[in-house]
Amino acid sequence: MTDTIKSNNSDIPESEQRRDFLYLTTAGMGAVAACSVAWPFVKSMTPAADVLAVSSIEVDLTPIKMGQGITEMWRGQPVFIRRRTAKEIEMARSVDISSLRDKQTDEERVQKAEWLITMGVCTHLGCVPLGQKPTEARGDFGGWFCPCHGSHYDTSGRIRKGPAPKNLPVPEYKFITDTKIKIG
Amino acid sequence: MANKSREKFDNSVIEWIDSRLPLFTMMQKEYGVFPTPKNFNYFWNFGAIAMFMLVTMLLTGIFLAMNYTPHVDMAFDSVERIMRDVEYGWLIRYIHMNGASFFFIAVFIHIFRGLYYGSYKQPRELLWILGVVIFLLMMATAFMGYVLPWGQMSLWGAKVITNLFSAIPIVGDDIVTFLLGGFTVANPTLNRFFALHYLLPFVIFAVVFLHVWALHVTGSNNPLGIDVKSSKDTIPFNPYYTIKDSFGLLLFIAIYAIFIFYAPNYLGHPDNYIPANPMQTPPHIVPEWYFLPFYAILRSITFDFNIYILASLGLFALSISPLYCENIAKKINCLASIVFAIAGGALFVLGYLSQIDAENGGKIISLPFHDFAIIDAKLGGVLAMFGAIAMLFLLPWLDTHPVRSATFRPWFKIAVLILVVDFVFLGVVGGKPAEGIWPMAGLIATGIYYIFFLVICPFLSKYEKAKPLPESIHQAVLDKSGK
Ligand code: HEM
Ligand code: FES
Repeated sequence: MTDTIKSNNSDIPESEQRRDFLYLTTAGMGAVAACSVAWPFVKSMTPAADVLAVSSIEVDLTPIKMGQGITEMWRGQPVFIRRRTAKEIEMARSVDISSLRDKQTDEERVQKAEWLITMGVCTHLGCVPLGQKPTEARGDFGGWFCPCHGSHYDTSGRIRKGPAPKNLPVPEYKFITDTKIKIG
Repeated sequence: MANKSREKFDNSVIEWIDSRLPLFTMMQKEYGVFPTPKNFNYFWNFGAIAMFMLVTMLLTGIFLAMNYTPHVDMAFDSVERIMRDVEYGWLIRYIHMNGASFFFIAVFIHIFRGLYYGSYKQPRELLWILGVVIFLLMMATAFMGYVLPWGQMSLWGAKVITNLFSAIPIVGDDIVTFLLGGFTVANPTLNRFFALHYLLPFVIFAVVFLHVWALHVTGSNNPLGIDVKSSKDTIPFNPYYTIKDSFGLLLFIAIYAIFIFYAPNYLGHPDNYIPANPMQTPPHIVPEWYFLPFYAILRSITFDFNIYILASLGLFALSISPLYCENIAKKINCLASIVFAIAGGALFVLGYLSQIDAENGGKIISLPFHDFAIIDAKLGGVLAMFGAIAMLFLLPWLDTHPVRSATFRPWFKIAVLILVVDFVFLGVVGGKPAEGIWPMAGLIATGIYYIFFLVICPFLSKYEKAKPLPESIHQAVLDKSGK
């Protein structure tokens, strides 16, 4: 029995090729099927609709005094709002841009010089930097200091020293009135 | 397969089962008469101890899960309820909490045993690799477990560690969002961590099964590191090692119990009894002690890999390449190697200093393109940390010296003990704030860690002359007892 089959096969190599083709297409279709079954499961781990639902907040700036900062919660993360003094603005603008790790001018980062609005999330590994409260350390450059691994941010929220690679990101916001902003 | 040669059991119930599913025959073969080298020392207890810890974690975990609520608004309170209201909840939680630490203690000693006695070498490479896989899975499990009580350290530890993945170029941020199920560590994260924390220990169980299977194919290594040659070298596992393992296990449990009953929070961090607050980072985030050495390696890379640093790494690679390839060894002689290493070191210092701020503004050394980061500090740290574990995977091919046990390798013995001290020191560094001399100390200790694996191991494999090996385990045991 086996002998005949073997000799048959070697006589007609073409049939082997056809069989190979069948194997490959079957395996290929199987792989496609497996992927399409896996997809819903993988996709279910991405942010759900309620998490994605874009939320925005409005913040009244009137109670913030010169040199003070407040922290607001937006999309589950802190946002820093700081009313900068003339000296702080001057400090942020007199820096030699080419010496910065993440090169951005202060003008690119604010809409009104007095108001600096950034995410309160260290770009290194996501801690909330210190410096919002007057009692907290503000680091070597007068902005914020991240206690986790020692990143220093300046009065424009730019990274100046430490392991963080980027400046504190500026969220999307606009001034609705002179003293009210909408974040998101 | 073993069915035909199966011996009958006297007990008729056992015989009925065994003739249909030879479970008892298997146990008898693998744990009863299993021939085991007769010269084990107490380092050989820690596999059994780790197994005991795994079962302890599974059992206590299942009972904790019956009272735990994986929701950000309720998790912390549900754990407090376990502590105060659930009958013996405090005990079950303290067993589980300290169990994680003692599991890691057992596994660290178990890994050290493998390193010292060369258990990763031919023919046990796969056995070793399965062990490293278990270690990785354990770290993932413990990390996710620590998030569950939803205290301050839970939240911020989770944030820092998941953010590591954002270092991956281009897709990093998307990966983090995917892992968290949102833009920050929040309820979806806690929920999935609970599901995975429940699942992974069972995966570990399966890999442990493969690990033990592989062990029973090759047989155990032993303190002399030489092969079993005849039945004179071995004794049956039962009763000799069942009793030795039980004795060691009881001692281990006694120490474990002291922690559970008298110092249950000693190994933990008090901040984790403060409910998680996404608006406030604790002043000093520290992971659990068993992660500290790896955390120190992560934090030791405070500089970008600019062209100078990369070129210096290239020179280092060139200087050690003769150890890896005979053809290169013909072209690069010893002197050239040393020159490359010194040049590499000098370039490294230059590249490093070019990124350090001088007192009077600017950098200590100004070099062109110094701020062009090919790999930034964050990605560098992540690579260094995962690389430290990759070294363990590669070890069987880095140390190819034919002699296994450090007992007969005077130089390797010193090197491996230095590695242990270095690893413990990294643990100390990992627990300190990243200020003052600590980052530099961490960088040096990280360097020593890598030098052990990438330079010392291949170097000693090539040049170390081992002491004469005993003829057989049997002979060595007799000689030792003076007979
Ligand atoms: C490899 C084995 C395991 C390790 C290393 C491990 C580790 C941990 C750690 C470190 C914690 C935090 C303890 C604390 O600070 O309160 C924890 C909590 C928890 N684990 Fe596990 N675990 C393991 C297995 C399991 C299993 C199998 C389950 C469930 C079936 C489980 C369920 C839980 C629950 C419900 C909590 C939260 C309650 C608490 O925080 O005490 N664990 N685990
Ligand atoms: S998270 Fe801010 S420095 Fe690491």
